[in-house]
Formats: sequence, structure tokens, C-alpha cells
Amino acid sequence: MVNGRGPGSWLRMPALQRKLLRECWHLKGQLLSIALVVATGIMTVITMRGSYESLIEAQQRYYNDMRFAEVWSSLRRAPDSVRARIQALPGVALADTRVSFLATLDLEGLDAPAQGRFVSLPERSRPQLNDLLITRGRYVDAASPDEVIISEKFANARGLLPGDSLRAIINGRARDLDIVGIAISPEHSYSVPPGSLLPEDERYGVLWMSIRALGPAYDMDEAFNEVFVTLAPGASERAVITRLNDLLEPYGGYGAYARRDQASHMMLQGELDQNRVMGTAIPAVFLGVAVFLLHLVLGRLIATQRGEIAVLKAFGYRDGEVGRHFLMFALLAVLIGAAIGTVGGVMLGRSYIGIYRQYFDLPGLQYQLSPGLLMLALLVSLTGAVSGALGAVRKAVALPPAEAMRPEPPVRFRPGFLERMGAGRMLPAAGRMILRNVERKPVQAFFSSLGVAFSVSILIIGLFMFDGVTHLIDLQFRKIQREDISVSFLQNVSASARYDLGRLPGVTRVETYRGAPVRLRNGHWSRETVIQGMESDGVLRRIVTVDGVVHPVPAEGVVLSQVLARRLHVQTGDWLIAEMLEGRRQSKRVRVTGIVEDFLGVTAYMDLAALHGLSGEQDVISGAYLSVQADERDNLYRQLKQVPAVAGVASPASMLASFERELARNIFISVGFLVGFASVIAVGVIYNGARIALSERGRELASLRVMGFHRREVATLLLGEQAVVTLIAIPLGWLIGYGLAYLMVESLQTDTFRIPYVIAARTYWVAALITIVAAAASAFVVRRRLDSLDLISVLKTRE
Amino acid sequence: MTQTGRDERARVVLRASHLSKVYTMGEVEVHALKDVDLTLHEGELLVLLGASGSGKSTLLNILGGLDVASSGRLFYGEQELSAASPSELTQYRRDHVGFVFQFYNLIPSLTARENVSLVTDIAADPMHPEEALALVGLESRLDHFPAQLSGGEQQRVAIARAIAKRPRVLLCDEPTGALDAATGRLVLSVLDRVNRETGTTMAIITHNAAIGRMGDTVLHMSSGEIVERTHNERREDVEQIAW
Repeated sequence: MVNGRGPGSWLRMPALQRKLLRECWHLKGQLLSIALVVATGIMTVITMRGSYESLIEAQQRYYNDMRFAEVWSSLRRAPDSVRARIQALPGVALADTRVSFLATLDLEGLDAPAQGRFVSLPERSRPQLNDLLITRGRYVDAASPDEVIISEKFANARGLLPGDSLRAIINGRARDLDIVGIAISPEHSYSVPPGSLLPEDERYGVLWMSIRALGPAYDMDEAFNEVFVTLAPGASERAVITRLNDLLEPYGGYGAYARRDQASHMMLQGELDQNRVMGTAIPAVFLGVAVFLLHLVLGRLIATQRGEIAVLKAFGYRDGEVGRHFLMFALLAVLIGAAIGTVGGVMLGRSYIGIYRQYFDLPGLQYQLSPGLLMLALLVSLTGAVSGALGAVRKAVALPPAEAMRPEPPVRFRPGFLERMGAGRMLPAAGRMILRNVERKPVQAFFSSLGVAFSVSILIIGLFMFDGVTHLIDLQFRKIQREDISVSFLQNVSASARYDLGRLPGVTRVETYRGAPVRLRNGHWSRETVIQGMESDGVLRRIVTVDGVVHPVPAEGVVLSQVLARRLHVQTGDWLIAEMLEGRRQSKRVRVTGIVEDFLGVTAYMDLAALHGLSGEQDVISGAYLSVQADERDNLYRQLKQVPAVAGVASPASMLASFERELARNIFISVGFLVGFASVIAVGVIYNGARIALSERGRELASLRVMGFHRREVATLLLGEQAVVTLIAIPLGWLIGYGLAYLMVESLQTDTFRIPYVIAARTYWVAALITIVAAAASAFVVRRRLDSLDLISVLKTRE
Repeated sequence: MTQTGRDERARVVLRASHLSKVYTMGEVEVHALKDVDLTLHEGELLVLLGASGSGKSTLLNILGGLDVASSGRLFYGEQELSAASPSELTQYRRDHVGFVFQFYNLIPSLTARENVSLVTDIAADPMHPEEALALVGLESRLDHFPAQLSGGEQQRVAIARAIAKRPRVLLCDEPTGALDAATGRLVLSVLDRVNRETGTTMAIITHNAAIGRMGDTVLHMSSGEIVERTHNERREDVEQIAW
């Protein structure tokens, strides 16, 4: 009563269909393992590509709703009247201005100092551009100057709610602020404190306050220090940036930049790009492997049915009917796989999006399955299944029935290449049988190995990212950022501040730095960046290349990061024009004295004294790196909070901690997925390979058992072949993984972030080990089947 | 019928008493073997005759440790096979029993010599594979693969493989069933010679009554029972047997 419509319909069911159902049941293990491979292929498409599409949609909607700006510029100070002139610039659709400052937050129970990015809100109505979305509480009342809205992640990390209050050191004065609302904004989806690499929500937040409260506090009455615009349809972004720069020049403009360079957008876009690459590359690999396996496994499976096909034909079944019958097996595998893959993919997609929801503020972010995507995945799987099955069926029906019914003649064996080379003599008979079986069907063995190799390579491309990030962490926190804390000032201060810092409790070493905003120009190529002026004999901060080599800070000239040099089309020895974007804003030629390959950002490095020469300003610094005695650290933090000139204090240790927390979670999730997927592939190849070999050679193996071979010995013969396939697959998979990882690194590279192309030896071994475990598990299942081999049947006629 | 003097002197190799085998197939019980008593002596050549379904294969399988009886007892020397574990039965086959099948069952990926070494590799006191193949007249075909040998040659390789470990018992299930008469006779004469020269105890299944004349003892089986036991005073030369 298989179809549940009572015995009548079961009896009416054509015998051929009954045969199909029974055989599918008989071959359920193989059917399921093939279906699972299809399922993984479809699942990765639906999960990864689907979540990418969902993210993009949510991002677009969010940007539109919040009227996210397209060009930004910071400046020192401009009167509000300039805003109308910006609005009037050709190509500008809407312009909005505001006041924004960094300030130290005095938070209870937090040893390390926290920072707040204060952003002004207009007195009346909402910001024209870069609006915020209130998630709890309410908007500020312009009449109450101490009301503040805080960013949601910061609120969550600190456990702050509307009604709570918070103390900030605004322009040197402590102020108690009343939290009235909690909000998110596309500008701060991903809010990274200055000098850090990752969000540190515990100690960095965004605080929105009325311009009426913030303006006077920072001497910005009827003035602004940030401007942003949207572009008129068809306007050139480049032209608008140029016009904005020209207009803001007298007001101390730091250089306009496009949305793609906006920090939060860049982070989000970077993640989305990565998601796009992963959402394309990984499903492509999986679906490709799935299709390949379907082709391989179904082909072999049907080849073992040669006798049955002959009998059917002898009874008068037409080739088409026989062909359809066997194709049904392929279709069934794909349909079961598609069902599992779709359900699993949607579930996984939802949890995937759930992770992104914690990570990004994208309101309304929900996983959505696009039917077109599903159809595509299904179609590709079907094509693979049908093409694999078709080849084998065609071969089987091509034989005249009488010939097909005869047992296949003993397979022709001859000593293969390896044996002629003398390898045979070194092997026992079992080894020779394995070797000859592999050598007899080298193409089949190769493709089986290739299938397993994909499982190895998928593990490598999944795991190597963590090698890269581990390498990066090591480089960043053990070779580059060697200070205990870094202090940044509100504005440049005299270099003599180093002596003040040196006198603070616990400080054992002070190295000063200056970050000077600059526009570097080579012909018509130009780029805004920051020149890092550093002490050439410093030990706390150094220029370190990807290989971990310390690059000396040359006494003259500028050292560029490789990406920046590429953008500017310069090589070592070339000259650049440096237009300083602060202070006297002078332009001067500077020679490129070095190019280093580093991972983060588009940085330029210079000796501090040389930078002073370039800017024409003597002995100013914007911050310092400190070594601090561990037991004095809390004391020092307390004191630094009291210094009005200090804008922020960062500690690499707390950055590292948040980085590693993030990483650990990501590793756990990704490795879980990958191990599952790779195992399905390895099992799909090995289990099916062994099962098919068992049906092809069952008689041979049973003969050996009759002759007194123990089960273990017979298993060695059968599974030895699979072991050879697996062993060939491992180096092959390493090679493929190495290549795929390289492609991945190349396509994931952005201006600010590169995954180092580092694959740890451990990754290779872990990938190999997981594959071997999956292969061994499949072998174990087949081994159990081998144990129940019918010995007596061997004495009977041929199958 | 009197026992031959030779039988009385020789040691008992296999002794079966009240062997029965019942297969349950769905709701039907098939009595494949009913209360069979049998003694096989050192060096004896036993021929089992009977139509298909008469139980001769079942008996041979039980004697060879491939199957276990539903009731009754079977001894190999002092060892009770009817109480042995699957692993002990494997060891029994490995150490003491040689099998020759109707369809040879050679390993296609191994040469004649290697098919024989497959067994000599795991035996305690085997012949050299070359020696075993010389015994069956295949000394010139050592490095041929099964696909390069005729049916008769393949069966002789199978016999060489079976005798190479010097088994005490050689069991042959329709060894000539897939061969033409001339080739069949050649294979039987090899078996006969092995029996005479090595003293191996042998049981041969056949449905060809004429072959019975080459054995010391002939058992006729029908419906799972031994219906007739014949002891030949003199074994006939295989060349003299016509069928």
C-alpha cells in the first residue's frame, strides 16, 4: 500500500513501477546519499545566494527610507550660510549639514575609557539626509538641551534604556545627559571607534543631540563641521566631489568622499561583497560537485543493472520505456534532494540572516527565497542527474538482449604501468588486486578522487579564512600595535605633550604620532588619505608588511601601502604632490621611498620630522602610544578621562578581545556548515563507490570468504580501492583548495581589507582528516553490508 | 555391502550424524536436508549424486563450513563444527578446506599464479603456486589472466588454487557443470590424480551418474535424504568413463 490508495491501486500499478519503488527502497542508502549531495548543492544556493539577495534588498530599502547621503565631507568650521551655496552646486540634489564630535564617555563599571560620537540633530523636524530610525523611546525635544538619543548596539552592550542617564566629557566639561531614545542609522550600521578595526559596542557609541545643545558646547553656533549631499539624477559624483572640495577649501575641508568610502557603508558593502562572492562561488562549487556526483554515481549504478535491462528488453519493453524507468531513479534522487535542500536552505538562510541581524542594523531584514533562484538550482541538478543517467542507460539499452543477459566476460586485466615499473612485486596479492582495479578504470578512479578532492578543497577554502584572520590578528596585535594604550587628542597639540604624558602614573614609554589628512596626487590620479607620521626609532608602532617583516621608516619621503600605490600609479622613486588638508594646507612634492604590502586601509607612512617639513608645521602631534605598567592602568584611565584635550583612549587588548569573540563565533558557525557539507560530498562519493564496487565484485569477494578469508581481509580488498581514491584525493584537494583560496582572496579584496593569503599547515591536515573520517564512516557502513555477504550464492550460477 | 579394508584403516575426517536443514521461506518450511548420517575418511573420494533440489549442495555447504545445520552434529576430527562460531568456521575453511566451484570464481584481476598465491599467502604449509599449477598441468600458463584462459584451464587454476594449501578436504560443486565432455573429463582426471597423489579427502557434487564410478563412495540424494549408498570396490579410471 505504498501509495496509500488501498491494495487495488497497488495491484494495478504497472510491474515496472513496482520494481522501481522496490529498488529505490533496496538502494535507499545510495539514493539518500545522492539526494543529500543534491540537497547540499541546492541548500548552499538557497542559503548563501538567498541571504545575499535579502541583504541587498534590506540595504536598499533602508538607505532609501533614511535618505542616506551619497557624498560626505568633514571640515573645520563653516557658517550655516555656506549650506545654501552647497545646495546650489550643480549636481547636488539635497544638502544637509551638522556638527559632529568625538568625546569621552564616563561610564560606570568600565575600566577602559569609552568614546561617543556626538552628532547634531536639527532644531526643527528631522534631518533632511542621514535620518535615524528610533527603535525605542522618542525623539529629542529641542527645548531640553540635555536630551540624547543613543545608538542601539551601544545601548544593548551597556544595558542602557530610555530614562537612564549618562555622563560625557564634552569639550572638557562633564555633562550628565538624559537618554530619551534609542536609534539606528545607516551611517552607523557598523560603528568602529577611531583607531580600531572592529566595532567595540561596549566602549563606543553614537549619541544624537539637538544642535541647540551641541553647537554652543563646541563653539559651533550657527556653523557646521560636516556636510553631506545626495546627487541629482545623472550627476557625476566625481564632479560634485571636486566642486565641494573647492567650495570648502577656505573652511578647512578635509576632502569630500563618496558613499563607497563611508566607513559604515564600506564595512557593510565589504560584508555584502564577501557574501556575494561566497554566495556565488560556494554554491557553484557545490552544485558543480553535486551534478558531477550524480553523473558519476548514477552512471555506475545503472551499469550494474545491465542484466535487468536485458531481461526487460527480452520481454519486449522498448528502449524508451527502459530508459524512462532508470531515469526515474535519477529524478527521484533530485526531487528528494531538492525538497531537503529547499527546506534546509530556507531554515539555514533564516538563521544566517539572524546572525546578520545581530551584526548589522538593517531594519526589516528578513530571509526571502526567490523562486527564480530555486528553479535555477533545480534545473542544474536535474541536468546533471539526467545526463549522468542517460549515458549509462543508453549504453545498457544499446546491447542486444541476449548479449546483455550473458554475464559480462571476465574483465581483461593486464599489468598496469606501475606494475611494469616493478611496483607489483613489492605488493601482496591484495595490493595488486587493488592496484589493478584502479589502473583498469583510471578515468573512473580519477573522477572519484576528484569528487572527494572537492570535499577537501571546500574545507580548505572555509578554514583558510581563519588562518588569514589569525595571521592578521597576530600581525596587528603582536607586531604592529604593541602599545598598551593609544591616546588621541581633540586637535593637534604641541609635541611637548609627550612630557606631560610621560609623567602620568605607570607610563614607561611614550611615542608620539601625527595623523595628517592629505590628498595625494599623481597627475590626474588622486586619493585622500591620512599620512601616519611616526617616530622612526619607535618600537610601539612600526611599519610591518604582510610577511611580518618590519619596514624601516625612511628619514625622507613617504611609504605607501601597495593598494594606495596602485591607485596612484606610482612606484618607489616616483614623486607625488601632497596637499595637506589641515593646518596651513600647503602643497608640496614628496618622494615615494617605499611601498609595503599591508592588509588594512590605504595608508601612507612618514617619519614624524619629515611630515612636519611637508606640512610646514613644527612639532605638532595628534596622539601618542604608551607603554603602561599593568597595575597602574586603571589609575591612568581615570586620570586621562580628566584631561580635556584627550579625545579618546584605545586599548589594543580590548580590541583584540572583541575581535577574538567575533571570530570564535564565526568560526564555530562556518566550520559547522562546511564540515557538514564536505562530509556529505565525501560520503556521497565513497559510500556510493564502495556500494557499487560491492555489487560489481560481490561474487569475487564472496569467493574469497568461502576460501577462508576473514571478513577483515575481504573488506581490505573492497575498501582498499576507496582508500586509494581517498588518498589520491587529498593532495588533489589541497591543490584545488589552494587555487580556490587564491581566487577567493582576489575577489574579496577591498580598499580597506584584504584577507591574507595564508593557509596554515593545520588547515591542510584538518581538511584531510575530516575527509578521511567521512570516508571511513561510509566504509564502515559498507563493511557491515559486506559482513552479510551471501557465501552460498557463490556456489550457484552467475548472477 | 561391506566396508573396504582401506576405509576401516583410515582415520575419520568428517563425521555427521542426524544432520537436518530447514529453511523458512515466508510461511513455508523447506526441509533441504533430513536426518543425514555420513562419515568421510582420510583419502576417500565421495561422489554426491542427485537432481537439483535434492539437498546435495546444502550438504556440501554444511560440510565446508559455509552453512550450519538446523539440527544434528558435525565433527571435523575432534572439532564440533555444528557448535563453531562464524569466525571459527572461517578459520576451518582457511586451514583445512578447498573449494572448487562450477563457475571457477577466479579473481579476474589476478593471474593464474596470483590466484593461487592468494590462498598460499594465508596457508600454514602451502605448496608453491607453481607446484600446484604444475599438478593441474598449467605450468606454462602461470602469468595468464583468467580472461586469457579457456574454461577448462580456468577450472584447473581453480583446482590448483584449492589444493595449493594442502587441504584435508576438497569440496567440488559441479566442477564440470560448465564444461564440455572432453574438458570435463580432463578436469576430473586432475581431481582423481590429486586425490590419489596427495591423499586429499574429496567430495564431488554432480548430477551425472556416470561420474559416480570414479569415487570410493557414491551417495544418491533425493528430497534431502540419502536414498542409496554405494561403495565401489575399484574406482574406475576417468578415461574409461563415458557420458
